[in-house]
Amino acid sequence: MPDTDYLIVGSSHAALEAVTAIRMHDHSGSVTLVTRDRHPPYSPTILPYVVSGRAKPERVPLRDSGWFAAQGATFVREDALVGLDPDAFTARLESGAMWRYGKLLLATGARPVVPDIAGLETVPRHVLRTLDDAVALREAIGAARRAVVLGAGLVGMHAAENLVTAGLDVTIVERGAHPLPLYFGATAAAMIGQAFAARGARLLCGRTVASAQGGGDGAVALALDDGETLATDLLVVAAGVVPETGYLAGTDIGLGAAGGILVDAHMRTTRPGIWAAGDVTEGPAFGGGVAVSGILPSAVDQGRIAGMDMAGDRVPPYDGAIPLNTYAAFGRHAVSVGDALAEGDDLDVHEDGDPETGRYRRLVLRDGRLVGATVIGEAIDGGILRQLILRRTDLTPVKDAFLAAPRDTARVLMSRLWR
Amino acid sequence: MGRSFDTIRFRAEACDACGQCVIACARAKTGTDDTSRARLQILGGGTEGAELALCRQCTDPQCAAVCPSASLAKDPDSGVVTWEAETCVDCLLCTVGCAYGGIASDPVAGHVAKCDLCDGAPECVAACDRGALEHVTASRLYNTQHEREDLFAPGLSACHGCNSELLIRHTMRHIGRETVVAAPPGCIPGMGVVGYNGQTGCKVPVFHPLLTNTAAMLAGLKTQYARAGRDVTMVALAGDGGTVDVGFQSLSGAAARNDPMLFICVDNEGYMNTGMQASGSTSYGSWTSTTPVGEHMQGKSGDAKSLPMLMMMHNGAYVATASTAFLEDYHEKLEKAYATAQHGFAYLHVYAPCPTGWRFPAALTTEVCRRQVETNFVTLWEYTRDGGLRFTRPVEGRRPIGDYVEMIGKYRHLDQTHLDVIQHQVDERVAFLRRFAAPAGG
Ligand SMILES: Cc1cc2nc3c(=O)[nH]c(=O)nc-3n(C[C@H](O)[C@H](O)[C@H](O)COP(=O)(O)OP(=O)(O)OC[C@H]3O[C@@H](n4cnc5c(N)ncnc54)[C@H](O)[C@@H]3O)c2cc1C
Repeated sequence: MPDTDYLIVGSSHAALEAVTAIRMHDHSGSVTLVTRDRHPPYSPTILPYVVSGRAKPERVPLRDSGWFAAQGATFVREDALVGLDPDAFTARLESGAMWRYGKLLLATGARPVVPDIAGLETVPRHVLRTLDDAVALREAIGAARRAVVLGAGLVGMHAAENLVTAGLDVTIVERGAHPLPLYFGATAAAMIGQAFAARGARLLCGRTVASAQGGGDGAVALALDDGETLATDLLVVAAGVVPETGYLAGTDIGLGAAGGILVDAHMRTTRPGIWAAGDVTEGPAFGGGVAVSGILPSAVDQGRIAGMDMAGDRVPPYDGAIPLNTYAAFGRHAVSVGDALAEGDDLDVHEDGDPETGRYRRLVLRDGRLVGATVIGEAIDGGILRQLILRRTDLTPVKDAFLAAPRDTARVLMSRLWR
Repeated sequence: MGRSFDTIRFRAEACDACGQCVIACARAKTGTDDTSRARLQILGGGTEGAELALCRQCTDPQCAAVCPSASLAKDPDSGVVTWEAETCVDCLLCTVGCAYGGIASDPVAGHVAKCDLCDGAPECVAACDRGALEHVTASRLYNTQHEREDLFAPGLSACHGCNSELLIRHTMRHIGRETVVAAPPGCIPGMGVVGYNGQTGCKVPVFHPLLTNTAAMLAGLKTQYARAGRDVTMVALAGDGGTVDVGFQSLSGAAARNDPMLFICVDNEGYMNTGMQASGSTSYGSWTSTTPVGEHMQGKSGDAKSLPMLMMMHNGAYVATASTAFLEDYHEKLEKAYATAQHGFAYLHVYAPCPTGWRFPAALTTEVCRRQVETNFVTLWEYTRDGGLRFTRPVEGRRPIGDYVEMIGKYRHLDQTHLDVIQHQVDERVAFLRRFAAPAGG
């Protein structure tokens, strides 16, 4: 039976960051990375750009074989974790190989949800999570004239933009009241929606698909809840993701309400010897509670903490995940940080925007401290806003300046904090 | 791994937000005067002082960690966090990762832009005449030093926080193997340089002369090696006791005869390894075990003897003072002193604040050294027969002496009258030295 001191499952942000962190502390322990994917490590975040053609598949690897050699880590591709025995410290792979590990990191991310819609399982459809998905979608665009995107989250909107730019006739169906409901409020979302509408896309919000039916020629017919039927050559399902945890079947490793692996502030699961990080987890949220964070910066932070803790390095407990999103629609940038959508009597909300110029701002403060921000069409340092939130920096003395010029005021505060 | 890199240092107190650096950057990087596109930004500048947004070229860059297209990376040779235009997808995640505002969207170019240190010659620094931006290149020194052989055993047992180990390792790496070291009684042999139980603490010949005869023995050895046709450098690593007091007579003779040697005095202002007795180098007001603080005595009542000045007055071929807080300055002097020692007398006086005997936290030694220079308590200068005296790191707007004294336990009993005395001594010493300094341009 092969064995390794550290077994890392997954080859994306959380996994790679963990390897670096382990090697900062433990130079000699054996490290093995196992991934289901057949490609060198890449980020799911790059995929919309693979679809659009801006990123070439051969240029997306986050690390090359030289990096693995330098880290002294073994990289096993195209083999998936399918079962675990936490008592025996063994992991079973799809190939039948059994690995004995000293410490295990589960960094398997998430997979797209296929919503429970009659017929959807059987019709031709695309999702966007792996490089192969992206290449397949890119190829399919060439042969299609009409496209439907299910879900107006970040993935759906990215995909839709690619389809619109490629000249397809695009319809987006979203269950919520407006696009990007998890990231932007109504005003900001309307501005984004307009950008799509102006390019001929149809955005159907507050609507769901009742059933799907395949036509013989690869076309799909979708019946909406209000009776309308959409015929399309290309269907993209972007209805959210769920943590990838199938291999836990038969173990008692704790899962949270949203299906993520429960972790504490050191990314430890409920079983000794097993850590988890990234999209697969349900862990501490900044400000309290637990959450599935689902964003790249959290995967990096969590991977780092897990790796340090696994190697026995001293690591301060996780601050908790903070939402951080950047989104660009047709070249216009939007940044949202923290609790940007928060509403409540205890909050001091400053919203202003001008759909004409495409500028929009929503700054949310509580007790003089920033809790969240959305900024569109204007330069902002999301990383500094994140620090102000994390540090609970009191903005009272500079509040007017901050509201007038958030970027420069935040930069001054941060520069002073660092010195 | 393990390399040091250049950085840009910002001294907010010297910045008046004139904006020249920002213009220089915009010109260099965008070919325009559009300062909004510059990669460094100066903010504020009112009564609260100026602040800076600039890439720190982090060792562990978060911008790179969160980049989904691997377009940002720390260059292992230059240390610059590089950005690759071709693979960048303009997703702005890097701007969410960076906590310094060091990478931001260039609205005209339509992608992010960041400082690349202008290939090692930053235009912003060149444009700053206020002394607010400094291109710190000490890394180059550390990297070369790292490649050289360490001629001392690992684990020298100096007190926690003592800078003499740093000094000795730097010195010996720099001057190399063809050396004989004399370490007269004091902290330096005490920490193991001459060795224990018949084993030496260094990889070059080392001996333990008397306090009184160090310079004389080195002069003799040099003659002997020369007779044997060998080109070997004589180095003394002596304390202030072995230099200023007990060793002075033979030292004075060697200096007057211009005997070829490099005599390094590591000055911690007293006999610190034998119970902290005062020496001729102990400064006014210092508590030591022989200058106690009581009803009548308030520490040492006289001023310190300045050995470097005495060595200058001997017309030594090369004489300089140095501080381990300014290692680049030290290395320049060491190089000259070493060259001089091949044929004449070279003297280096290096200050070694003593955490144990002076009572300050061991972690603050370098800060104490820096403060000595910033207050002019220590002046950094060199003397050559041709060039006269030259200040190598003149201090503009010296800090008040209290800023230095307050860091150190041996001065704790001093009141304002004492401080005034010390301040007067310091200012007088600088004025005195100035009279020897060659006129500007001369
Ligand atoms: C289209 C798209 C756009 C996105 N855009 C953004 C964005 O703009 N900003 C942002 O912050 N986030 C974005 N995200 C989310 C971001 O990519 C993820 O949060 C991040 O990749 C999570 O990293 P991870 O390491 O936890 O997991 P993942 O990146 O999901 O990686 C999981 C890894 O585990 C492997 N794996 C899975 N199951 C197994 C198994 N059983 N055995 C072995 N290996 C397995 C996979 O092959 C993969 O290597 C986007 C995601 C997508 C899909």
